Amino acid sequence: MTNLYIARNPRAAARNLGGEMMIMSGRDSTLFTLNKTATILWQAADGTTPLNEIVENRICSEFNVALSEALQDAETLARELAGHEIMRISEQPIAGSGGVLR
Amino acid sequence: MSGLLEEMTDRALKLNVPLSVQIDLTYRCNERCVHCYLDHEDYGEMSTAEIKQLLDQLAEAGVFILTLSGGEIFLRKDFFELLEYARRQLTFCVKLKTNAILVRDAEAARIRDLGVESVQISIYSHRPEVHDAITLVPGSLKRSLDAARFLKSQGLRVIFANVLMAQNVQDYPAVRAMAAEMGIESTLDPTITPMMDGNRSVLSLGIGREDLREVFHDTALVGNVEEFCAIADPADENSLHALPCSASHTTCYVSPYGDVFPCVQFPLPTGNVRKQRFIDIWRHSPQMNDVRSIRLKHLTTCTSCTHVSSCSRCPGLAYMEGNMRGPSSQDCERSFARTGIPSANMIAKKRLAADLVQIRNIPSSIGSPAAMA
Repeated sequence: MTNLYIARNPRAAARNLGGEMMIMSGRDSTLFTLNKTATILWQAADGTTPLNEIVENRICSEFNVALSEALQDAETLARELAGHEIMRISEQPIAGSGGVLR
Repeated sequence: MSGLLEEMTDRALKLNVPLSVQIDLTYRCNERCVHCYLDHEDYGEMSTAEIKQLLDQLAEAGVFILTLSGGEIFLRKDFFELLEYARRQLTFCVKLKTNAILVRDAEAARIRDLGVESVQISIYSHRPEVHDAITLVPGSLKRSLDAARFLKSQGLRVIFANVLMAQNVQDYPAVRAMAAEMGIESTLDPTITPMMDGNRSVLSLGIGREDLREVFHDTALVGNVEEFCAIADPADENSLHALPCSASHTTCYVSPYGDVFPCVQFPLPTGNVRKQRFIDIWRHSPQMNDVRSIRLKHLTTCTSCTHVSSCSRCPGLAYMEGNMRGPSSQDCERSFARTGIPSANMIAKKRLAADLVQIRNIPSSIGSPAAMA
């Protein structure tokens, strides 16, 4: 499987409200709240850590699931978030995904 | 408000989080709008570093929606530095309020790149002779409209904000039509805010009772007039427990000098971020908590008013009239224009005026210089 990199889209707005991540799409101002898995992906999406590493270290340990299954789900989720322009996804490391997580 | 935003607002209310804050970056302005409530002198605005520190504190406090306004925001030389910090570093959802006359193609592109949620531009008329007579800047309508086109061409969400006054009330349908043609949203507001120093003379610029009635009965604006203008059901115990508005509950305002108020239209000082941390003011200011404690059932006069559950009563305007638990006359006028039923405040004022009868003529010599000598 090709390694993927994910990064927070700098055009999105985000804030953690009482443990729940609120994200506003930079494309059309649609508001989303992220579930626990999506929040982990969002927080780890620094553009340089490969998705499989994020899944192995942050998701499998948290949810006690097999790597292959979790990776597939995470990739689907990441592509969905990318479709809303909340996240960027690439086969190469992504520069400029800054921002302080709050 | 979208369902999810409403849900988030409820959550913020429960967690005592200021979900939305407006900062006026400056009171300086390149227009001189006849109805403006601000003093445009600079008495010591926060520096770039101070504002960045404030933005850090706001993000830490959980603020999500950040409105940057003024004065005219583009008069701050550090405007883009602050905007970039707010967006890139702190990921606020940023809304801008501006006259936009300094916005050209390059600025519009930069605003777009920084992912600003919306840009609200003040437009008072489609006719230069009316708009420019309000801003007191010749050519301002053309420049604001050019800017709106630049912003729109970048794919940004643009909103025209139109304050209704006697001077421009007849033009609002054309402004709305022009906005629609440009693919731009538009808002109307008949509220004139008293000057920050308490001077209420600007209120005379507002639209009269008859014009207000016509605005509220315009189907193009309100949709179903019968529904919009219906008298609300009498308030029950539940509705009297409702909050008067979001000021101090999920929103607040910070002036260019760091003063924190419940709202831009509610000049009750609650603290200053140059002296205290924002979160301490938000959580512990006695004034902020006083505003927070008010429920509809605590309002003097209004609690017994027919309109209490449907009124747009602004506690800030009430505060500027002398009592934040009292009525706001501008909102009484709105309820009356909408329904034809006078508010409890209007009835009480009328009764008071009727009691002030002169019982006998004052002798002409009293009060004259000769009599006092």
